[in-house]
Amino acid sequence: MSCESNQELLSAYVDGELDLVRSLEIEKHLETCQACARVEQNQRTLSSALRTGSLHYHPPRHLEQRIHTALRGPRRVNWPILAVAASLLLAGIFFAFRPAPPNLVAQLVAQEVLDSHLRSLLPGHLADVQSSDRHTVKPWFAGKLDFSPPVADFAQDGFPLTGGRIDSVNGRTVAVLVYQRGRHVINAYVWPSPGSPNSKVNQASLQGYNILHWTHAGLEWWLASDLNIQELNTIANLLDTRN
Amino acid sequence: MSLEPVYGFETQVVPHMAAAYNLARWLTRNDHDAEDVVQEAYLRAFRFWESFRGADPRAWLLAIVRNTCFTWLQQNRKPNIELSDAMPDLTMTGANPEALLLANVDADRLRQAVEELPIEFREAIVLRELEGFSYKEISSITAVPIGTVMSRLARARNRLQQTLGGAA
Repeated sequence: MSCESNQELLSAYVDGELDLVRSLEIEKHLETCQACARVEQNQRTLSSALRTGSLHYHPPRHLEQRIHTALRGPRRVNWPILAVAASLLLAGIFFAFRPAPPNLVAQLVAQEVLDSHLRSLLPGHLADVQSSDRHTVKPWFAGKLDFSPPVADFAQDGFPLTGGRIDSVNGRTVAVLVYQRGRHVINAYVWPSPGSPNSKVNQASLQGYNILHWTHAGLEWWLASDLNIQELNTIANLLDTRN
Repeated sequence: MSLEPVYGFETQVVPHMAAAYNLARWLTRNDHDAEDVVQEAYLRAFRFWESFRGADPRAWLLAIVRNTCFTWLQQNRKPNIELSDAMPDLTMTGANPEALLLANVDADRLRQAVEELPIEFREAIVLRELEGFSYKEISSITAVPIGTVMSRLARARNRLQQTLGGAA
């Protein structure tokens, strides 16, 4: 065993990283070789000096906070915390601004329906497609809406279909079916309302106009007309039962 | 606020910040750079934490710190990474023991001697002597064979003895 080649092994020997066989070999060699024994001693001294020499660098106090901030920053989104924060925020919003009660929403929609009805009475605004043929009106809606509205003609019942248009009510695009009763125009607004339970027909009177509202088969219906309430209920019943 | 919800990152990785900073500080030789590296390493660790399957989060974290350091040094620094060729070959250093007054060497000289080591040797010394990792762990952290770890440590110690002994 040459002393030169022992250098590396001696270092590992001091670290206790040699296998038993080689460890014993080194031990035996150190008993007889003073030079290597000195190297070994120096290694141990050095090792001990390094370990006890307070060579550790200690992180500054702000580092942990800085890393926490970085971990929560835009580059790393902490979803659980975000979820808790969001729900707290939502709860806060909920208590600060409780959602409008359903009847208030209905009132607002009713006003929109009436406004739309009044606009439609201006010349040229009533219908985008003028036809009493439901096979003309129904396909016209295709591609203009994200749903297919039921289209029926009730001419035999005295409520002829005169056309259709699309309009904007309650923040969405809706289908409007236009019916006629004598000289009275009836606008029937319909849009999907998934999950809404069927309801009875509610009626309201706004600015001298009659408004009817109900939901059926996941569709929300609104009627607006200056027609008397009894006859308006008749077509409401037709729309509700024949669609 | 706690990071605990992220599957133990807070309890298993964050506590090793001292070791992470110590290694980064020794490799970069600069306080500011070490902080940047540790932060970057923690962001990386956080990203990879879910895929961590090992037994020792400290070794895992230090491997990330170490890689971040080397990438960082390459991108931001001058020739800080010395080639290990610059290291003299091993020579016998036991011939003149009286000159090696290592036991009496003061901390500043010791610190300076370690800082002057080429980076691969420096990291081997820091991981072994300051952090107490086994050769196998150092091999895994630095991604070199155990034989290389052994050789680097031996040469690093040899160099330290020469530096300290020669000046004594």
